[in-house]
Amino acid sequence: VCSQCPSQLARDVVSAFPTFVAHHQDLVHGIARRWSRDPSDAEDLSQEAFIRAYRALGRYSPERRHALRTRGWMARIVVNLAHDRARGGDPPTAPLDASADRADIGAATPEATVDRHETNRMWRELLASLPPAYRTAVALRHVDGLSYPEVARALGRPLGTVKSDVHRGVRLLRLAFEARVAAEAADDPHRYTATDARAGRSIPPRANVEVTP
Amino acid sequence: MTMHTTGRALAEARAIVTGLRTLREPAPPALAGAVLSAVGIVDAYAEMPGPIGPLFVAWGPGGVSAVDRAEDAAAFEEAYLARTGRPLHRVGRVPERLARQVDRRIRGERRRSLPVDLTGLNEFQRRVLAKTMEIPYGEVRPYAWVAREIGHPRAQRAVGTALAQNPIPFVIPCHRVVRSDGRIGRYGAGGPTAKRAVLASEGIDPDELERIATAGVRYLGSDTTRIYCYPSCRHARRTSPQHLVRFRTAADGRMAGFRPCKVCRPVDEAIAA
Repeated sequence: VCSQCPSQLARDVVSAFPTFVAHHQDLVHGIARRWSRDPSDAEDLSQEAFIRAYRALGRYSPERRHALRTRGWMARIVVNLAHDRARGGDPPTAPLDASADRADIGAATPEATVDRHETNRMWRELLASLPPAYRTAVALRHVDGLSYPEVARALGRPLGTVKSDVHRGVRLLRLAFEARVAAEAADDPHRYTATDARAGRSIPPRANVEVTP
Repeated sequence: MTMHTTGRALAEARAIVTGLRTLREPAPPALAGAVLSAVGIVDAYAEMPGPIGPLFVAWGPGGVSAVDRAEDAAAFEEAYLARTGRPLHRVGRVPERLARQVDRRIRGERRRSLPVDLTGLNEFQRRVLAKTMEIPYGEVRPYAWVAREIGHPRAQRAVGTALAQNPIPFVIPCHRVVRSDGRIGRYGAGGPTAKRAVLASEGIDPDELERIATAGVRYLGSDTTRIYCYPSCRHARRTSPQHLVRFRTAADGRMAGFRPCKVCRPVDEAIAA
């Protein structure tokens, strides 16, 4: 996305920064949103991350700016900032009431909107049910679309660890997804999550559904 | 693992990846502008309520830098760039403190000074605007008055031009400057109708002002104080009707033994000319 950013940044931070922000805002806000309780927290966090990036770029030498792999670097700033804010605690579970409204403006029909809300909600819940380490890595890789080296950079962890975290996370999600699809087919209200899968709990039986009169 | 299960697992993994991608959402539109104005690369603007409808208010490091009626965002941004050389980015809202200061200024509460950024204007324009800021809420002064006050008594037309290009209307009350013959005159921020509406929002009756002027009255005096004022001066307005004296010219007032008010400092045409 931002192949020209480093060379522009190397020349002049001030004139390159607007483009830099335009190219990284979805990434930064996406990460911030998962770490924030509400949309305005997410905007605050995003803004602060960019301000930090701007100051850092001002301190870097042109050579260093030129060598910068910006997406992983920028993601790391947001993740660290979010960590600081959460004071090293677990990331909050992904918010269930996330601002899907804005994304729905272009939706064709109310039915389509409801469908999207439902699908969105399901994926959010599935992601939230992952253990924190897997959740963060999976989200950076598959929601934000970072490459494995970028995820490794963002989290400050070895490439191998990050890859295995993502693979394990996706496997857990796959089990949970499979179970949910099965449960929905059987109209079972129980929500089988990745937590159940991890705990070795089996997929609930589909027969014998109690029907209250 | 059989071929069959591997295939299924792959398909499901793909479904997971596709599903997760649906959680991607665009950053809010105001984010980039907020970031760029926070680091000082661009100036920001936002909409806020004004006396005759919503306003665009722009601000930069030097204070409020532009105001206009919130109608054409693109034109507002373009004019700003042309005048200041700085790009303008729209943000969600005016910062609380600034919004309160602007609102107070517009409503005539001038307790604290509000910094304004007049980048791109020449010395004459700045002096005209600075003088205009001294005209009290709810009162009007003629173009000739501004011209005299800044030491260019013959520059009425230039004053009019400078006011027409006022980049910060409402905050710098160019609507309080009217024609010497008492008519309301032109207005940069929406024409004469808008000018009347802003004046009315300050409790001035523009029709009454013009009616007085059409009747040939330019100044009002009080036979108890023997002082004459502009009709909208607070001292003229508190004079009771039985003591009110009407003058067509300042010379008439002088001849009748009246002196000009020290608050509204009416222009004496004979002396000014």
